[in-house]
Amino acid sequence: MARRRPSPRLRATVAAFFFLLPALLLLGLFEIGPVFYSFYVSLLRWNIIGTPEWVGFANYLALRGDPDFWQAWLNTAYYVLLSVPTTMALALLLASALHRPLVGLGALRTAYFLPYVTAANAAAIVWFYVFHPEAGGLLNEALRLVGLPRQRWLLDPRLAMPAVAITQVWHLLGYQAVLFLAGLQNISREYYEQAAIDGASGWRLFRYVTWPLLSPTTYFVLIISLIGAFQVFSPVYIMTRGGPLDSTMVLVYYLYRHSFEYFDFGYASAIAYVLFVFLFVLTLVQRRTIGTRVHYQ
Amino acid sequence: MKRRDDFVRYAVQVALVAGAVLVAVPFLWMLVTSLKEPDQVFTQPIHWVPHPVRWRNYVEAWQAAPFARYFLNSAVVAVVTTAGQLVVSAMAAYAFARLDFYLREPLFALFLGTMMIPEPLRLVPNFLVLSRLGWIDTYLALTVPWMISVFSIFLLRQFFQTIPQELEDAAAVDGCPRWRFLTQILVPLARPAVLTAGLFTFIGSWNAFLWPLIVTNRETMRPIQVGVATFFQEYGTLPNLAMAASTMAVAPVLLFFFLVQRQFIEGIIRTGLKG
Repeated sequence: MARRRPSPRLRATVAAFFFLLPALLLLGLFEIGPVFYSFYVSLLRWNIIGTPEWVGFANYLALRGDPDFWQAWLNTAYYVLLSVPTTMALALLLASALHRPLVGLGALRTAYFLPYVTAANAAAIVWFYVFHPEAGGLLNEALRLVGLPRQRWLLDPRLAMPAVAITQVWHLLGYQAVLFLAGLQNISREYYEQAAIDGASGWRLFRYVTWPLLSPTTYFVLIISLIGAFQVFSPVYIMTRGGPLDSTMVLVYYLYRHSFEYFDFGYASAIAYVLFVFLFVLTLVQRRTIGTRVHYQ
Repeated sequence: MKRRDDFVRYAVQVALVAGAVLVAVPFLWMLVTSLKEPDQVFTQPIHWVPHPVRWRNYVEAWQAAPFARYFLNSAVVAVVTTAGQLVVSAMAAYAFARLDFYLREPLFALFLGTMMIPEPLRLVPNFLVLSRLGWIDTYLALTVPWMISVFSIFLLRQFFQTIPQELEDAAAVDGCPRWRFLTQILVPLARPAVLTAGLFTFIGSWNAFLWPLIVTNRETMRPIQVGVATFFQEYGTLPNLAMAASTMAVAPVLLFFFLVQRQFIEGIIRTGLKG
């Protein structure tokens, strides 16, 4: 009785799951598992002391009536509006400039990329003093040189969030520029040559060749920077602790405070879950709307 | 026409150099302040050359907190995370790139889908699980959860796919098993992609903050980012000491980056994103 040899596909499947085993274990344990587990925790009243108590959707209902939570959303949205378009516009401009033969091109790219390599919080510590309201704070010194009045920056509820945004624009600019640079280098020269023959130059070249052909990159950068910006934490933790007057209380800092300062894990998980669902829907909506208008070569 | 092009080129060159200087000013200020006397930090106008040069700031900062231990922790965590993640990613990338197996497409979609899970969602559940395992204040908590990176898997898979199937068939005829083909042929061939993935992981791990902040309580377990943040909280009123600490925290990364920057930036440009 001859045993049938397993099909090649079946053998490949056995091999594949061997190779995938560590990745699957880690992914299940630390990425997918937490999606379900944190939803479960969000249905509990769970302080570090005492036993968890099942409360259903009470945490979510409490969130709905929590003015600080809505303020955190508003603050985060304000931060996103300040930082994302600014960084992307500057990065695109920078990438277009770096995408040409220049003296010291490598050194220039490195210089702009350096802030990204240095940790966000080491950078935030430096910027804390850059915004220092006293004389000698770099930014106030710069304002003085151009004849503008000194500002209180991180101590001023109106200026604290712009200050955080400036720090992050500085931190992320080089990284996004490199992503745009990658996109620009993927556009075939032929398109430019063709357009030049048709008499296009300067702005028209950018508007009708570069911009549409760069759209997959722009779309990618937009998504990752939106997702990143909604999760801003380090500069807030270092520079303002959510203040002054809660003006920089962003969502992840609010979440951090409830989970690891108040140890209210149920409530914190509800906050995390709302953020997760929001980002999920945001990505899907973007894929449907902007994603369909992206031009591929 | 020609002269106009030249003008544009010079203008762009000048603007870029000026911009680079502007970007570098906070670094420069950090360095200068780290060498100042406390009462000279906030003088007006700013003195860009510290006088006298106070090297003692570094000694005092170093003695005020266990920086040697912070560095050691960060180095161990970054190396172990990077090594582990590269092994896990290379194996998974091999399966997705070169094996035709049941459930390949839905599994790959699942992997990519997990990129949409934000880090904050993982904080509480992972903290609860790891504290039950007794991993708080251990290197395990700082490394193991970060050994999975879908980005690295995706990057390596893209690269592995470009290697012709004939090469693997020939190796198989010579009796080379899949495992050896991966480790001795595929990974060396994919060196640029492996280096890029490794660099991203290393720098990401060295710079990680929120997670280490949560899973380390004992001072001896803190990596440098948490260490420097707590130092800042305690010594923030002494900007010269805080800047000395920041300089120390940033220096190894800068040094490392200068050694590999070409690989890093070219790596993103070449392998990072293809339309």
